[in-house]
Amino acid sequence: MSGLDNIREMMRRDKVFDFVEQKRLPFTGRRVVIPGEIDATHGPILYLENISVSFDGFKALNDLTLYINDGELRCIIGPNGAGKTTMMDVITGKTRPDSGSAYFGQTMDLTRMSEYEIAHAGIGRKFQKPTIFPQHTIFENLELAMAADKHVWPTLFAKINAEQYERINEVANTIGLTDLLYETAAQLSHGQKQWLEIGMLLMQNPRVLLVDEPVAGMTHQEMDKTAELLKSLAGKHSVVVVEHDMDFVRSIASTVTVLHEGSVLAEGTMDEVQNNPKVIEVYLGE
Amino acid sequence: MTRQPFIVDFLQNDKGGKVFISILLVLMLVVPALNLLVPADSFFHIPTYTVTLLGKYLSYAMLAIALDLVWGYCGILSLGHAAFFALGGYAMGMYLMRQIGDRGVYGNAELPDFMVFLNWTELPWYWQGFDMFWFAMIMVVLVPGLLALVFGWLAFRARVTGVYLSIITQALTYALLLAFFMNELGFGGNNGLTDFKDILGYDLQADTTRASLFFLSALFLIITYFLCRFIITSKLGRVVVAIRDAEDRTRFIGYKVESFKLWIFVLSAMIAGVAGALFVPQVGIINPGEFSPLNSIELVVWVAIGGRATLYGAALGAVIVNYSKSYLTAAFPEIWLFALGGLFLLVTIFMPKGIIGLWNQMRLKLQEKKQLTTENKIE
Ligand SMILES: Nc1ncnc2c1ncn2[C@@H]1O[C@H](COP(=O)(O)OP(=O)(O)OP(=O)(O)O)[C@@H](O)[C@H]1O
Ligand SMILES: [Mg+2]
Repeated sequence: MSGLDNIREMMRRDKVFDFVEQKRLPFTGRRVVIPGEIDATHGPILYLENISVSFDGFKALNDLTLYINDGELRCIIGPNGAGKTTMMDVITGKTRPDSGSAYFGQTMDLTRMSEYEIAHAGIGRKFQKPTIFPQHTIFENLELAMAADKHVWPTLFAKINAEQYERINEVANTIGLTDLLYETAAQLSHGQKQWLEIGMLLMQNPRVLLVDEPVAGMTHQEMDKTAELLKSLAGKHSVVVVEHDMDFVRSIASTVTVLHEGSVLAEGTMDEVQNNPKVIEVYLGE
Repeated sequence: MTRQPFIVDFLQNDKGGKVFISILLVLMLVVPALNLLVPADSFFHIPTYTVTLLGKYLSYAMLAIALDLVWGYCGILSLGHAAFFALGGYAMGMYLMRQIGDRGVYGNAELPDFMVFLNWTELPWYWQGFDMFWFAMIMVVLVPGLLALVFGWLAFRARVTGVYLSIITQALTYALLLAFFMNELGFGGNNGLTDFKDILGYDLQADTTRASLFFLSALFLIITYFLCRFIITSKLGRVVVAIRDAEDRTRFIGYKVESFKLWIFVLSAMIAGVAGALFVPQVGIINPGEFSPLNSIELVVWVAIGGRATLYGAALGAVIVNYSKSYLTAAFPEIWLFALGGLFLLVTIFMPKGIIGLWNQMRLKLQEKKQLTTENKIE
């Protein structure tokens, strides 16, 4: 091993804790993922490095490198097809990158965890197209999302306790669906479905929330409320919001990252980004 | 959110279930009584033939509930579910074969007739233990359960869904059909297992045995209903429906979807196995024909016609279709398949929620009408 390799080996993020000797599964050598053991002491909670994803030769993500800090509220914008949703797919384990690495904190390799493991570890996600359980009531939707032991047998015998009941009501109140708690979710309007899905995210109590186009189909009033909600979440959680609506992005004013053709085009405050000539060109060139 | 004793809890909001259980309880007691206690020439007498036929319908109803659990609730359209039923049936059949003892044509106390005919001298290892009732009963659930476990593990882990899953389940039952046709496999080839004499020492031809088997079929159907109802009203049941409606969403809120599918699939296979074990002593034969892909498809039609995701709807569908089948195949044997196909088309086009769905719709309409008329009167 050359000296350089040695140094690389020492610097590997997943080896930060080498002196503790991480537990590995037999045969596969996969690290045992222990939910709750997230190490964000170095600042970022999400590390995406040199990620490429291609679909039939088309590069949806092209050498994307992006860091999300612990507790920050980050907006990601970019024209249609820029790769925003694909990026979330990579983080949540839905799509495996062709190359590059994705880490949750210092220790968890997202590219080797399955969707449910990632969810357990503390990454929650709202889909671009609101996805809720239409045949279930609002209450049941929230109940299913609630952080709990989600293995088969404990789920069979699970009973809601008073505290959890409180929590469901609290979240229902936050998302303004208290009056509809026992109605089936299929009856909700588009905006209400968006909120329900955000509510389901809250029930999971994740460390990171990935929110894909939360205000599509919402009235201005609803948008303002959503902005309030997302802002209030930052700090305790890290929130990544993908949104096309510039007014909305401005209203939650934070760091904005512009994606274009699968990689980061610019990053900064809203004003910086909007005055960036490359960004202007991309948006006006459309 | 107070907790109630669980029977009360899950029949409370289940009007259909209450009716279903009540009917079964009545049948369970009245049918054997009218068969055994009422003289044969009385108008109220139920002939043994009918008792057995009804018992057969009840075992089909149980099979239909098993399919409804995976298809209606979890969205897994298994087109091979009759295979689990047949395997349970074969396990029971093996016990019944061993019960024949030296009363077979060849008078061999150890070997069933077909093995003597094949010039076998020893009982194959996989026939060992089937002379014991308890062992056979364990196999009735274990064999279908294990097959479902292995098959489901492979299929669900590879995320095979939809039509592809349906096709490989068809392939599964077809492969078993071919295998069981082979004499060398040791399950009686195309004749299957038959000529049973008695069960637990009771003569299978006796009226009392037949009535008891009917009683047990009804009892097990009730138990199955309660078990399934318990499951689908639990949080696990809600997860299973969630998987049906939005599989990805379920995954991303932290459920290992594969495990849930596997669990419900294995349980369903086990129920199907028990149904098969109840079926065989009543009809007196089990042969490879039970693995026929067509059987599994018919089963899907029962559930579709009765109404998915209600449990009792599936049972109702099974009874209605099989009753029509008994009638039609006797009266016009050629048209049964066409009738079944036509029925299926009609149901899927005009009543996607089956008979139960149609019934609920009509009730809603009636209610609305009533409301309207009362409102009009008030005005
Ligand atoms: N499963 C897939 N198969 C093939 N191509 C895909 C797939 N998923 C995404 N793509 C393509 O990758 C590109 C990036 O898609 P992505 O959904 O990530 O964009 P986006 O930035 O979220 O866009 P939008 O603002 O429209 O939601 C698009 O051109 C899309 O067509
Ligand atoms: Mg998108």
